Amino acid sequence: MDMRTPLGKVRGLGSAKDGTEHFWRQRLTAVSNVFLISFFIIFMVLYAGAPYQEMIAVLHNPLVAIVCAFVILSVTIHMRLGMQIIIEDYVHGEIGKVALLILNTFFAVVVAGAAIFALLKIAFAG
Amino acid sequence: MANVTNNRPLSPHLQVYRLIPTMAMSILHRITGGALYFGTLLVVWWLIAAATGEEYYNWVMWFMNSWFGRLVLFGYTWVLILHMLGGLRHLLWDVGYGFEKEFSTKLARANLIGSIALTLVVWVIGYTIR
Repeated sequence: MDMRTPLGKVRGLGSAKDGTEHFWRQRLTAVSNVFLISFFIIFMVLYAGAPYQEMIAVLHNPLVAIVCAFVILSVTIHMRLGMQIIIEDYVHGEIGKVALLILNTFFAVVVAGAAIFALLKIAFAG
Repeated sequence: MANVTNNRPLSPHLQVYRLIPTMAMSILHRITGGALYFGTLLVVWWLIAAATGEEYYNWVMWFMNSWFGRLVLFGYTWVLILHMLGGLRHLLWDVGYGFEKEFSTKLARANLIGSIALTLVVWVIGYTIR
């Protein structure tokens, strides 16, 4: 009789040995993106084209700044995971694949880092 | 040996499939995901502009307000909403629902129509309140 739980059986499986982690993180950020992107679209509808001072004042609000940071984090994690799948599906040469996977992570980190820095600068320094 | 392989059934290829709604929306989901990957640069550009200062921010706003900028942002909105609705479809499948042939086809159509409708709603509201 097999006493192992379904989850226990799949943990650590796959060629990268991380089981369902990739799938789970993709879904987790998909769910958070639904709420965060909805916020972002509404925010943009309300403030796109607003004068500079007004935009800075809104981004200065801690609640707006925090949620914007969540938007960036959730989106960059999600897009990195998604692009990883696309690369793994279509790029078969080992060197090219690994190079693109590295670039993919770098791109996501640079995008997230730059955006979060900008948000913090506005929030703290104006 | 040549005769044996000659008469084997061939596995269907992209060229012999008729493109059906679920297939079209499947590849569109991936294409829009890839586009949004680079579209994130627009968001970062806007945030960096706001953090840099008034002069640069106004220049970026001038660009985004131009007909070209608006076209890009309109496309970005549509792609974003299309991918989001596609994602909701995926979440539905993940919990085990929506695999029936008729229903999944309807859902694929609804995904496309819904994305266009929602994009128009967002932009009409945007133009109305500005």
